[in-house]
Amino acid sequence: MLEAAGLECVRQQRTLFSALSFSLSAGERLRIAGANGSGKTSLLRILCGLLAPSAGEVRWRGERIDFLREDYSRQIVYLGHAPAVKDDLTAAENLEIACRLAGCLFPGSILQKALAQLGVPPDVPVRKLSQGQRRRAALARLAVSGSVPLWLLDEPYAALDVHATALVDALIAEHAARGGAIVFTTHQETGAAPARVLELDA
Amino acid sequence: MLDAALCIVRRDLLLALRRRSDVATALLFFVIVASLFPLGIGAEPNLLRAIAPGVIWVAALLSSMLSLSRLFAADYADGTLEQMLLGAAPVGVVAAAKALAHWLVSGLPLALIAPVLALQYDLPAALYPVLALSLLLGTPVLSMIGAIGAALTLGVRGGGILLSLLILPLYVPVLILGAGSVDMASAGMGGEGQLLLLAALLVGACTLAPWAIAAALRISIE
Repeated sequence: MLEAAGLECVRQQRTLFSALSFSLSAGERLRIAGANGSGKTSLLRILCGLLAPSAGEVRWRGERIDFLREDYSRQIVYLGHAPAVKDDLTAAENLEIACRLAGCLFPGSILQKALAQLGVPPDVPVRKLSQGQRRRAALARLAVSGSVPLWLLDEPYAALDVHATALVDALIAEHAARGGAIVFTTHQETGAAPARVLELDA
Repeated sequence: MLDAALCIVRRDLLLALRRRSDVATALLFFVIVASLFPLGIGAEPNLLRAIAPGVIWVAALLSSMLSLSRLFAADYADGTLEQMLLGAAPVGVVAAAKALAHWLVSGLPLALIAPVLALQYDLPAALYPVLALSLLLGTPVLSMIGAIGAALTLGVRGGGILLSLLILPLYVPVLILGAGSVDMASAGMGGEGQLLLLAALLVGACTLAPWAIAAALRISIE
């Protein structure tokens, strides 16, 4: 599905990685590992099209993602470092807006179920939630994104407790079983997710 | 595509509603700045009448700029801007929706309240519609041009000042036409010419600015 060919990333005159090539097929999980500052986030941002690589290209089903643009955006879910939730809105409002921007309309009941699954109070402004609960509110997006083929997750396990970590593992495993592909970054070894590992420190 | 745009406008209006103080600050700023001149100059009706269009327009321009630095910065900080750029709609549509929301919150109220401020300047009542109309046509252009600057200075340290330096010169044509339309109307020559030019600027801004904002956002987000 996803193919990276000869990717190079230069940030502030420092080459983070170069000649990086890999491909990802349906149902596969790829874990990007590496020390802080090794370019994990940059690689994910390149893969989702927010960042242009200094060299090389990313192809989705054979076509370059910078030509596909929105057509590619519709095929991915990207959850970045920041939780991407608005403090003044409730978790339910945040989730609904995130889904609508991604081009999916869900009835409220499905969104409520997703939030309940992640254990987030739906009608409280996110400002009043803890850091971990905010992450959960953002991750609720995954619970309704089963039909989106590619998930790109930046540190999905950050700030989560054991229970939530297991939930994310389950969501990822479920998505892979459905034939979806997942790329994620994390420092720690994950328990339930047997994933191919891409080491960025050379 | 239209759904995404509506969603963004609705979201920004909802956020403005939850943070009413931000909206009120810009509006109060406009009211206070426009009220300072009659107080400072004193009761000289002829002078006040003559400076009214220019002063009200300058105050509107500054007030509309006040909230610009927040236009994309908050969304950039919490990551929602990335999600908008990765949405199903083209980035140009997202940019247009953000600028429209900015105008609804910080431009439209100015046009509505301006006739009240004009009272302080003893502007003839016949000129109120011209003043309001010129602001109605001009403030969306300010929002569109301002959004380009806000997108360009996103994440830059000291971006607020840089934004003003970048944007204020570009506001000049709007200011000249806007204040000029009221001046012309008060001289009895009719302000239609200026208003039509303002409308042309608005059409130009609506067609071109979204793509410039989109390009600027793509650069800034890297």
